[in-house]
Amino acid sequence: MSAIVRSRLAATKKSRRGSEEHPWARRALIASAMVFLFVILVVPLVNVFFQALETGVMPYLRALGDANTVTAIAMTGMTALSSVALNLAFGLTASWCIAKFQFKGKALLLTLIDLPFSVSPVVAGLLYVVLFGRQGFFGPWLDAHDIHIIFALPGMILATLFVTFPFVARELIPLLESEGTEQEQAAMSLGATGWQTYWRVTLPSVKWGLLYGVMLCNARAMGEFGAVYVVSSNIAGKTETVPLRIFNLDLGLGGHVAAFAVATLLAFLALVTLALKTWLEHRQNQDLILASALPKHEH
Amino acid sequence: MSIELKGISKRFGTVAAVENVSFSIAEGELVALIGPSGGGKTTVLRMIAGLEVPTEGEIFIRGEVVNDQSVQARNIGFVFQGYALFKTMSVFDNIAFGMSVRGRPKAEIAERVGELLKLLQIEGLDRRYPHQLSGGQRQRVAIARAVATKPLVLLLDEPFGAVDAKVRQELRDWLVDLHDKLKITTLFVTHDQEEAMEVSNRIVIFSRGHLEQIGTPREVYEEPSNEFVAGFIGVLNVLELKVQQGMARCQELAFPAHGVAEGGVLRLGFRPYAVQVSPDLATYRYRARLKHVYFLGVQLRLELETASGLIIRSRMAKEDFRRLGLSQGIEVSFQIREYRLLARDGEPLGQEVSALQSVPNFADGI
Repeated sequence: MSAIVRSRLAATKKSRRGSEEHPWARRALIASAMVFLFVILVVPLVNVFFQALETGVMPYLRALGDANTVTAIAMTGMTALSSVALNLAFGLTASWCIAKFQFKGKALLLTLIDLPFSVSPVVAGLLYVVLFGRQGFFGPWLDAHDIHIIFALPGMILATLFVTFPFVARELIPLLESEGTEQEQAAMSLGATGWQTYWRVTLPSVKWGLLYGVMLCNARAMGEFGAVYVVSSNIAGKTETVPLRIFNLDLGLGGHVAAFAVATLLAFLALVTLALKTWLEHRQNQDLILASALPKHEH
Repeated sequence: MSIELKGISKRFGTVAAVENVSFSIAEGELVALIGPSGGGKTTVLRMIAGLEVPTEGEIFIRGEVVNDQSVQARNIGFVFQGYALFKTMSVFDNIAFGMSVRGRPKAEIAERVGELLKLLQIEGLDRRYPHQLSGGQRQRVAIARAVATKPLVLLLDEPFGAVDAKVRQELRDWLVDLHDKLKITTLFVTHDQEEAMEVSNRIVIFSRGHLEQIGTPREVYEEPSNEFVAGFIGVLNVLELKVQQGMARCQELAFPAHGVAEGGVLRLGFRPYAVQVSPDLATYRYRARLKHVYFLGVQLRLELETASGLIIRSRMAKEDFRRLGLSQGIEVSFQIREYRLLARDGEPLGQEVSALQSVPNFADGI
């Protein structure tokens, strides 16, 4: 009896597929990836909270309650809100055009949407300084009309807008393309106007993808440093966002604990984003599965 | 006239999808548009719906030119091939959509949807989402949605394409039944000639963008206007014959020359049902081996091979096959009861000719 069991075990061990790696090789690869992630990501993240609370809860709360920190949080909120709203409007329009129509310059538009991915944020910031700065192209005219873009909130929003440009559009294009146009045609044959079709049929079919894009866009907007650093004058309590505040505090102006205390805000944002992202991806996958379950035909 | 097309053409770039098509459909008819894929039948349907704009010609719905009317304004019901149900909406909202965008009152919508759910036998499914429905149920929802606003015309693109064979048969009966109840002019596209024959009052046959024939199922089967129609509606054996010594010949088979000069070429076609087969080698004129027998249900398809290798396709009822004592592989005698002279592609066909001048009662009434 035991002999039979033993031989069966041996048989299952041998039945590994030919293309599979040796179990030890597999384990070693997984372990090295885990160790790498732990050292690079988890340890620093935990360390942020550890350092922030090093001297107790009171100094931590005091650092967060600092007037300049509060202003920085408000600035970050305003920058993120404006740039996400603008990108949402742009992303919806661009993705709809790209997914539903054939036109000249479509490839160019797609490439331009991807541009911010390949341009350094610092360069992006500089581009705006060159255009709108005091010595810049539009500088004298703006000065004459008392409009402040560089070293002010509009510049910071512009820079953030540039950096977060691709997120919404890039998320929606493949989704809209996979939906095709049949549902829209059906809506129109039932008497729906263009707007009714868009609001009732097109938009609901991509809502999870849209939320996902908006959330990633927001996370990037709140965390942006380079581009904003270049276009803002970096004045505490005025044109300082949360990432800039952390940088300035760490330079020695407010101390190491305060810097880490503010950093926990961004770390917390990252964790929330991650959780939401996982949930939204799950919902979106379900929608895709549902979509593929419906037969689709081309004309 | 409910729908009328006058000289309709549609070109995509330089490719002509539909060329100079004219036909009209009376109020309340159930008509099939049929033809091989790429024949232009779906394009015609989409032009009637307003989803495609004709390059030339005029489309009339109830006597009114609708060329410049948008899809929304035409008041047609369109059922898409893949049904195109709104996947983010429940069955109720799908069916209600047309009324809802027209701003009908809620109570009226609820009443109409309830009525349709009952008519289409999908009561109790109103809260489900499209992905929770079977193929047949989806189709019913798609039709309910299309007829909810009481359209003038119902257009269906390959309505039986996306369901399996058993459900198909059910849906055919059901579509005829529904048409009887709603009395709405209905056009549907199919590539299945059997389906078209079974379901419709009239059939419009397309090939390569041209209208080949329009007529009742019986007309197009018994009096096909050309070789394409004859070959497309039902099976057609085609022989190419050469006139030698006063007879048109193809291997062992010989037919009258029909006035074609010596050495000239002649084409003829005949239905599988026109081939009579007997196990008694003396009964009929020609001999062949019964090469294959295909079982199709009540019918059998026979493939005969003559000594020279010519293949003749025949059909007969299962009972006849048994009664005659036929079986695969045996030697049989056969004859071709009636045939048709074939003209070149697109040209009209001649009358059917009986091959059995000596037995006139066979040819009568066919």
